[in-house]
Amino acid sequence: MKRYFSISSLSLTGMVVILVSSCATVQEMPIQDDAADRQLQEEVTTADGTIAGDSDGVYATAMSDETLTAQQLLEQTDTVLANRTVFFEFNSAKLTDKSLAILEAHGNFVAGNGNVSLRLEGHADERGSREYNIALGDRRAQSSRQVLLFQGASIDQIDTVSYGEEQPAMLGHTEEAWAGNRRVEIIYRVN
Amino acid sequence: MRIRLKYLFLILLWMSVPVAGFGALIIEITEGVEGALPVAVVPFDTSELSSEIPVDVGEIITNDLNRSGVFKAMDRNALVARPNYSAQVQYSRWRDAGIELLIVGRIFQKAPGEYDIQFQLLDVLKQNQLLGYSLPVKKRKLRSAAHEISDLIYEQITGTRGAFNTRIAYIKSQSEEARKYILQVADTDGFNAQTVLESDEPLMSPSWSPDGQSLAYVSFENKRPEIFIQHLASAKRSKISGFKGINGAPSWSPDGKNLALVLTKDGSADIYIMNIASKRLRRLTRHRSIDTEPVWSARGESIIFTSDRSGAPQLYEIAVKGGKPKRITFEGKYNSAASVSPDGKYIAMVHAERGQYKIAQYERETGNLTVITDSSLDESPSFSPNGKMVLYASTEGNNGVLYAVSIDGRAKHRLSDQSGDIREPVWGPYKRRRKR
Repeated sequence: MKRYFSISSLSLTGMVVILVSSCATVQEMPIQDDAADRQLQEEVTTADGTIAGDSDGVYATAMSDETLTAQQLLEQTDTVLANRTVFFEFNSAKLTDKSLAILEAHGNFVAGNGNVSLRLEGHADERGSREYNIALGDRRAQSSRQVLLFQGASIDQIDTVSYGEEQPAMLGHTEEAWAGNRRVEIIYRVN
Repeated sequence: MRIRLKYLFLILLWMSVPVAGFGALIIEITEGVEGALPVAVVPFDTSELSSEIPVDVGEIITNDLNRSGVFKAMDRNALVARPNYSAQVQYSRWRDAGIELLIVGRIFQKAPGEYDIQFQLLDVLKQNQLLGYSLPVKKRKLRSAAHEISDLIYEQITGTRGAFNTRIAYIKSQSEEARKYILQVADTDGFNAQTVLESDEPLMSPSWSPDGQSLAYVSFENKRPEIFIQHLASAKRSKISGFKGINGAPSWSPDGKNLALVLTKDGSADIYIMNIASKRLRRLTRHRSIDTEPVWSARGESIIFTSDRSGAPQLYEIAVKGGKPKRITFEGKYNSAASVSPDGKYIAMVHAERGQYKIAQYERETGNLTVITDSSLDESPSFSPNGKMVLYASTEGNNGVLYAVSIDGRAKHRLSDQSGDIREPVWGPYKRRRKR
C-alpha cells in the first residue's frame, strides 16, 4: 500500500497532464479533419449572434470534456485509457511501472465517472495446473483492483473474475504466447 | 586433471544412457513392455449369431491387455490357431510360439439384442483353465462386457482388480467459430463418449462422486466460476457454490458426503469443506497465499492441497478436522494438482523442472519422487481406481490429448478416438461388481 501511495502521488501529476493533453487532441480533431464542418458551425454561431468571437479559445470551451461522454472518452484510441490490458511476469501478480500507470489512469477515470463500471479479468499462461492458474489470475485481478480503489474508484464500480489459463489471447507454446497470456483485461461498462 | 575429466565424462555417459533407454522404452509401449506376459486372444466365435455383432469383443480385450503394460498380446494375424474353447486347444503349438496365456471365447444369441459371452483364460504351460465365465449381456453393453472380461483376466493374473471397465470424465474444447466447452464421460479406452454438458463459457475441474453417479464441476456459464453438481443418468444439476469470487477445485470426499472446494470470499484462495446435504461450510485453511486443488487422502482423514505459501507452489497436507498444514514436497520449484492413489501410498502431481511440466509420482513411505512422463506441458494427473495407472493431459500442437501411464512410468498409451482440445481427465470409480 505504501508503495502505491508514493508512486501514485507522483503519477497523479502525470495524470493531469495526460488528461489535459487528451482533451486538446479531441478539440483539435474536428478542426483538422473537416474544415467545412467547422465553417458550418461558425455560421450557425454567427447567425445566433450570441457568440461573436471566432477564436479557437471560445470554440474549445464549447467542446470541453463536459460534453464528451464517458463512452466517447473510452472510445478514443490515443489516450492512456485506450490501454485495456496489463501484463505480468511468470507466476507473479506484481505490477510493472507501466501497468501501474495504466491502472492509475483507469482508476482516476472511474473515480470521476460514477456511471462507469468495469470488470478486471485475470488470466494466466498455460503452464502448470489449471486451478492454481485460476487463483493466480485472481491474484492479478486483485492487485489491479487495489490500484483502482486507491485512485478513488468505488468498490461497486469494479468487478473481478479469473479465467486462469482457460481463455488464452494467444495460442502456441512459446515465450511470446505465454507473455501475451499473463494478463489482466479491463472491460468497461457504461451505464 | 585429464583423468578426472575422463572420469566425469564416463559418469555423464553412464547417466545419459538410462535416460535415453527410458525414452525409447516408452515409444515402444504400444508394442508391449519388456517383461510383459505374452498372451494370445483368439477372435471370439460369432458363427452361432443370427445377425452381425457390432463389437469385436476379442479386439477390445487385446487392446485393454496391451494398454496395461502387464501383458503383450500376440498380433491377431500371427495367431498359430483359432480355437474357440479349451477342448480345441493344442497347447504345444502355443507354447512353441512363446505364448503363456491363451484367451478363447464364443458369443451366443440369447434373445434379440441379448447375448451370452463365454470365455476361458487358459494357462499354456500348465495346460489348464485359470478362469471360465459365461456373461449375459445386452447389445448396448457389449463394449462394457469386453472390458469386464479384461478386468477378470487382469485380476486373475496380477491379484489386483482391473480398471478397464470404468469411465473417465474430461473437458473438451472445440474452436470452430465460437469456442465451445464440453464435459464428457467415456470408457477408459476413449470410446462411448457421451456429452454431460455443453457451454459457450469455460467448464473446469470435474470430480467424480465416489458412487460414480454424479460429477461436480466448475462452470463459467454466468460469466464467473461457480460449482455445480450433476447427476449423470438424469442430467439433473444444481449450483452448489456461487459465492463472490472464485468457486473452484471441487473434490468429493471418499464417503460422498462432503465436497472440498476453494473460495476467495474471505480473501485469498483458501480450502473449505462443504457438507453437500446441508450446504454448511467450514474453512480449513487460512493463509494469504494461494491454497487450492484440494484432494482427499485415501481414507478421507486429511486433505492434500497446493499452496504457494513458501513462495512457489508445493503440496501440503492438513487434517480434515483442522490444524497446521505440513509440507509434503520439497523437490523442485513447482509441484501441484495432487492425485492420491486409492491405497494412499502414492501421490501423483504436476512437477516442473527446468521449465518442463511433467507428471511425477511420490511414494509416501520412502519419500521418493519419480518423474513418469516425458513431455513438457503435462498436467491433471488422475489415478485409476486400482492405483496402477495415472491418466493425464498432454499437448500436441494446439490440442490437448489424453495419455495414461503406469505408475512406474514404463507403459504409456494415448487414448484413442479423440478430436478437439481435450484436458482435465479424471478417472472414475469402480462400477459395482456383477453378482456371480
